[in-house]
Amino acid sequence: MNSLNLQTDWQYDPAPQSTDHINLKESYDLFINGAFVPAKNNNHRNTINPSNEKIIAKVADAGPDDVNLAVSAARKAYETSWSKISHSERGKYLFRIARIIQERSRELAVIESMDGGKPIRESRDIDVPLAAAHFFYYAGWADKLKYAFPGRETQPLGVAGQIIPWNFPLLMAAWKIAPALATGNTIVLKPAETTPLTAMLLAEIIREADLPDGVVNIITGDGSTGSSLVEHPDVDKIAFTGSTAVGKEIMKKLAGKNKPYTLELGGKAANIIFADAAIDQAIEGIVNSIFFNQGHVCCAGSRLFVEESISDEIIFKLRERMETLIVGDPLDKNTDIGAINSKEQLKRIQEYVKIGQDEGGELYQSKCKLPNTGYWHAPTLFCNVSQSHRIVQEEIFGPVLAIQTFRTVDEVIEKANNTPYGLSGGVWTDKGAKIFKVTQNIRAGVIWANTFNKFDPSAPFGGYKESGMGREGGIQGLLPYLKLNPC
Amino acid sequence: MILSNTKIDAIGIKERVARLQSRSIKATSKQQALNLALSMIDLTTLEGRDSPNKVRQLCYKATHLHENFPDLPNVAAICVYAPLVKTARHALQGSNVKVASVATAFPSGMSDIDSKLDEVKRAAEDGANEIDMVISRGRFLSGDYNYVADEIQKIKEVCGSAHLKVILETGELVTLDNVRIASELAIQSGADFIKTSTGKVQPAATPEVTLVMMQAIRDHYIKSGKLVGLKPAGGISKSKQAIQYLVMLRETLGQSWLNPKLFRFGASSLANDILMQIVKQNTGIYQSTDYFSLD
Repeated sequence: MNSLNLQTDWQYDPAPQSTDHINLKESYDLFINGAFVPAKNNNHRNTINPSNEKIIAKVADAGPDDVNLAVSAARKAYETSWSKISHSERGKYLFRIARIIQERSRELAVIESMDGGKPIRESRDIDVPLAAAHFFYYAGWADKLKYAFPGRETQPLGVAGQIIPWNFPLLMAAWKIAPALATGNTIVLKPAETTPLTAMLLAEIIREADLPDGVVNIITGDGSTGSSLVEHPDVDKIAFTGSTAVGKEIMKKLAGKNKPYTLELGGKAANIIFADAAIDQAIEGIVNSIFFNQGHVCCAGSRLFVEESISDEIIFKLRERMETLIVGDPLDKNTDIGAINSKEQLKRIQEYVKIGQDEGGELYQSKCKLPNTGYWHAPTLFCNVSQSHRIVQEEIFGPVLAIQTFRTVDEVIEKANNTPYGLSGGVWTDKGAKIFKVTQNIRAGVIWANTFNKFDPSAPFGGYKESGMGREGGIQGLLPYLKLNPC
Repeated sequence: MILSNTKIDAIGIKERVARLQSRSIKATSKQQALNLALSMIDLTTLEGRDSPNKVRQLCYKATHLHENFPDLPNVAAICVYAPLVKTARHALQGSNVKVASVATAFPSGMSDIDSKLDEVKRAAEDGANEIDMVISRGRFLSGDYNYVADEIQKIKEVCGSAHLKVILETGELVTLDNVRIASELAIQSGADFIKTSTGKVQPAATPEVTLVMMQAIRDHYIKSGKLVGLKPAGGISKSKQAIQYLVMLRETLGQSWLNPKLFRFGASSLANDILMQIVKQNTGIYQSTDYFSLD
């Protein structure tokens, strides 16, 4: 097969997104009871820009006392205001938040990319618009709950403790906050310690929207803050998105307590390409499934299955396509792949790549130049691997794809299910019947056909097996925040 | 004729096009793109009222794009109807601008093979460097791929040294799958270039159709090592569109295709828009269209 020369004389000049319009503070406090207050112990941690390792701001580190304060503010707000106001009034606040997110979308996108390393194209075109869409969607449900569950009366649970990850900071905050508010709960939310900034901007937005004090409280901190929140006796419900290991810890802590929880955990999704697929579109689908957001995606298609008869062509074309991916400055509008979120995560990815090589996997990386400072990882493929390889079994959470071949539909279904995870999957074929056969037999919360990584607030999202429990999004996303009583 | 997997997912193509169109081309890279696009234009006049003088005027324009910018490249070719080839050839003497002639009962292709062969022979003898033929779309849609392929092969044989561009008239082929099939038919039958449209049918060139044709060209190259050219034609009148096509070309086919030997724009008003942008890049000011000659 003949290779194309994709190193062209004509190169794109840098096209950086302007940062003139953003206002970052040097230091961010906790958002409790409608006000920004310093942490009781006055502790801070720095949040850095992973693309240049520069400190962006100091952020308060909440201890158990602050968790207490936030939970009692949420309790008081639940009892005195949020459970008392009419459902349509609740909806109005949500609409207002959605609109302010849209108005401040450019600012949110730039800060999301600075704090987390994701390309501005993604934060601008995906994260921020989807966050606004989630608020709009659940705003619509606020006064229609009795139609959502006919013959039942809905009752909020009370105070919801919510812990979110660093891969989609603003979007995950929206996924958690919007349905909880629409159903009448109050909130204590803890963002991830490496990406707290857009959550603090969301706190400003919530204040601007004039939400009653204490309805949403946002406290920054690391795992210990999250742990205090999970164990707090006055929290009525826990919603967590993050790793399966931490999810298991939470389950242990909550065992025997009458505290409902939803967990959205890891994944190792199968992305399946049949020989009768539209090949070039499938190549794009593979790129999107594993290199979107540097592979920091719980539903990433990190296990690729290619029908043996086309595997040479697919791998050849995928390698060629990888040479056109632009890796670099997250704020450049042409960047396809940004920075790895943190030093720790980069180390973890590098360890897995080493494991893959030690296990005999055939490594291929795109020849892109990586910047000297910051945390970066080249797009990476492994061929010659099997279900027995660790890089096929374990979640890497980076731009690393493990490729296997298959011969029959039944074989690939069996292998796709041969994982402790069950969050997502993908199938590429021109044949409708094959799509149904595969999607009906793979145990995963979402399976995309001839596309990948598509999200919509009306579509429920969540896992089977060790990928978690409960659904977010859609009408199903209301349920974890409600008691349904006979009326 | 053995076709490869010709399945195209139209939604996937649309998404890929949108993604490529979101590339931001600024500063020096824009300047380079504008110059490159200018050098790739087939300056075209294809009207029933075309006359020798009209063609002479166009030829002068082709070699004198803007007197204040003497370093600008010339356009690649002049594209005219077959009876005007001699005039164009004469007017372009001493320049590197090629003469392209549409032929084969352009634009409908509704004629018998002998007349088509005669027409192509005459255009080639009159000095056309390039022949832009149309495929028989009616035969194609009725499933008679062999007829279409035979016709292209026969015409290729009488082209002599002239390059053959095969117009698929994608606006009449309805689906992207058909565009892919027609591209492969043309390439395997000996086309030097494949071209989207006559400009007489709407829609003419679209980024989606062009991307599918680029992928067919790339797949042929991967398998055979042969380089086939591409010419989107019709409906590309703005610099920004032209740059978006070049982005698509760069990221789909790469370095070998980023020159007028393998990529052309079939357009009439595009040249002036690019000139206007080049003047803007150099002076910082947009000039009135009155400053750009209309020929």
